[in-house]
Amino acid sequence: MNSTNKNEHTHPTPTNGQWKTFGSFVQKEFYHITRDQTTLALLLILPVLLMILFGFSINTEVKNSQIAIYDPSNDVATRGIIEKIKASDYFTVVRMLNNPAEIEKQFLKDDLKMVVIFSDHFYENMQRTGKAQIELLTDGTDPNSAMTVVSYASNIIGLYQQDLFKIQQIPFEITPSVKLMYNPELKGPYFFVPGILGMILMIICSMMTSISIAREKEFGTMEVLLVSPFKPMSIILSKTIPYFVISLVNLATMLLLSVFMLKVPIAGSLFWLVTFSILFIFLSLSLGLLVSSIANSQLQALLFSGMVLVIPVVMLSGMIFPIENMPAFFQWFSKLIPATWYISGVKKIMIKGLGFTSILPELGVLISMTILLIGISWKTFKYRLE
Amino acid sequence: MNKRNKNIKDIAKPNQLLSRFNPRGFGALKFLLEKEFKQILRNKFLIRVIIFLPLIALSLLPMVANFEIKNNNLAVIDNDHSPSSSLFIRKIVSSGHFHLVSVRQNYNDALNDIEQDRADVILEIPAFFEKDLMTTYSAQVNVTANAVNAVKGALGSGYLMQIIHNFSNDLRSRFMAGNSKIQTPAFEIVPRYDFNPYLEYKFSMIPAIIMMILGMISGFLPALNIVGEKEKGTIEQMNVTPVGRFPVILSKLIPYWIIGFIVLTICFIVVWIIYDMVSVGGYLEIYLFATVFVLAFSGLGLIISNYANTIQQAMYLMFFFVINFIFLSGLYTPISSTPEWVQSMSLFSPLRYMIEALRSIYLKGSHFGDLWTKFAALVGFAVFFNLWAILSYRKKA
Repeated sequence: MNSTNKNEHTHPTPTNGQWKTFGSFVQKEFYHITRDQTTLALLLILPVLLMILFGFSINTEVKNSQIAIYDPSNDVATRGIIEKIKASDYFTVVRMLNNPAEIEKQFLKDDLKMVVIFSDHFYENMQRTGKAQIELLTDGTDPNSAMTVVSYASNIIGLYQQDLFKIQQIPFEITPSVKLMYNPELKGPYFFVPGILGMILMIICSMMTSISIAREKEFGTMEVLLVSPFKPMSIILSKTIPYFVISLVNLATMLLLSVFMLKVPIAGSLFWLVTFSILFIFLSLSLGLLVSSIANSQLQALLFSGMVLVIPVVMLSGMIFPIENMPAFFQWFSKLIPATWYISGVKKIMIKGLGFTSILPELGVLISMTILLIGISWKTFKYRLE
Repeated sequence: MNKRNKNIKDIAKPNQLLSRFNPRGFGALKFLLEKEFKQILRNKFLIRVIIFLPLIALSLLPMVANFEIKNNNLAVIDNDHSPSSSLFIRKIVSSGHFHLVSVRQNYNDALNDIEQDRADVILEIPAFFEKDLMTTYSAQVNVTANAVNAVKGALGSGYLMQIIHNFSNDLRSRFMAGNSKIQTPAFEIVPRYDFNPYLEYKFSMIPAIIMMILGMISGFLPALNIVGEKEKGTIEQMNVTPVGRFPVILSKLIPYWIIGFIVLTICFIVVWIIYDMVSVGGYLEIYLFATVFVLAFSGLGLIISNYANTIQQAMYLMFFFVINFIFLSGLYTPISSTPEWVQSMSLFSPLRYMIEALRSIYLKGSHFGDLWTKFAALVGFAVFFNLWAILSYRKKA
């Protein structure tokens, strides 16, 4: 087969015939995938599902938070502040309390987020002694939403104070002009989209590739492939091509969903985002090859890639949980996870809109990791089955 | 089918052992349960999972699953270099909310700190800050916050605004003290966090993690058990006996129900030892909720096992449901801040009711009377899932 084409090509390898064989191996692999419709559906629907789940269910905005008010003063100032609070979209006043004993009870029963408690004779004290007090009592069982609710409420009450000062001409006012970079509307998905990209590409490339190779070992068809005259490494490479294509499809789906469904725009260069992602796909594929050379059965491959690849990515890559909050050991460990670098790079290009030079460190780390992994899987690759 | 069963009954009649009970009724349950427990106790892997999963998950997860926002890294550009501006900066740093990481000469350098994630917030004090303050009695500062993480951005800039506000108040009281003509109206805002005054994130995560463990164990194990029997072919042996499907399902349900209680107890002991946390409310109420919750999840596991033919299929299906339930449970972020349609979807997640109930009882000390609607919802899920499991159980392979 090779000899017929040899004359037409000056370079020895790969010849046209080898390419043809390679092509048919890749075709065989595509048949495998398209025939197993459950897995194919999983491969294509999983990214969409995760995008929807993360995009809509993880949301940190404060909106229509239920609050109650205890106002024993009921004077000009407290009424003014309550009006301001009621006018905002952030809070819905569900209850006016008459009795301080009710305050704690309400927290036990309702989905109440905050109780605003005014001190006695509020207006009088505010004008004379400056000792008037507003207590913002929140449900600390959900710390972040408690802090966010307090900060929103403080700003609203601060607005009331500013209005008051305008009328009364109060000196020594420092006004901050606040700019929220990259995500001015404070939307949750901006933080999660890069993480989902990293997780999906890792699952599809590493887990699926390693399982598909392990399946051939388990069913004994690997033996058949290995005795063919085709080079063993090329056999393995032909298995990665379909997953590479599926990853590209997933990447496109996720970017489209992110831009059009979650309204997270690609702030930087699309070209560099895609190039950077393809590098990460190569890295994940080489990880998958490494796992497949260790695992002999599908279950082993599944468990191994689940425990060693997917769980660390989800837990430690900064995808959901901020790395800076972790204990030092986990922070150090997270640097060894490729997805950490990928997610950080995607955040820079896609969300922050920075140029190519800003991701040079990430790029460097990922390239060296890829070279290392390909090297290791080349060394550990077994030409024979036990 | 009926005819065949009749025949088996006829043959079985002379048998002394079988004639003591109605094989289609509950008499068989005792023997089936004995079989299940023997199988579970023999399985070393299962016992290890039951003991070590709570231990590992509860000791590692709260360390990692931490959304706490405590340290905002601050970059400062002081174009004024006046006593007031340095007092202002000191005031911000001493608030404890900010960690001063860099002092830059121009905005672009500081912006670079944000780009490379070294800083979260930039404070720029313009030239003539002090002069403006003293002559025109007002000044402006620029705050730039990195809002990729929306919570962090909002809180960081929010804190800074509060400190700026307090600083103006301080200045005012200092410089206006002698001037009795101008009386400044003032009030203070005091935030207080109930149930968790230091806002420790682990307090809110731990009850949720306990419920995740309980849900996974009581959902995955029965599903894997039955599908495992299907794969091995031993379920056939069960199916050819005259035992009805109701006792068969019950015999699969009860052991995992008991395992659920054991796991829950292990979780509480682990949390008590590692974090010194005990429930504010009654344990009796927690176990009451857990009883129904475990039944609901085991029922779901059984439904899946009725439809799945291989362990892999069962794993994928269960994974699909569990991940949906977790995301719709308010584990990570409050449900009230999600869009309407997600809120209505979350009504279908049994995990939501259980996590809300456990957080309320465990952290706040709520009573059954406060939470009965959640209990009713869980009972609904348990009845629905288990009825479906029994109805969809087919003795045919």
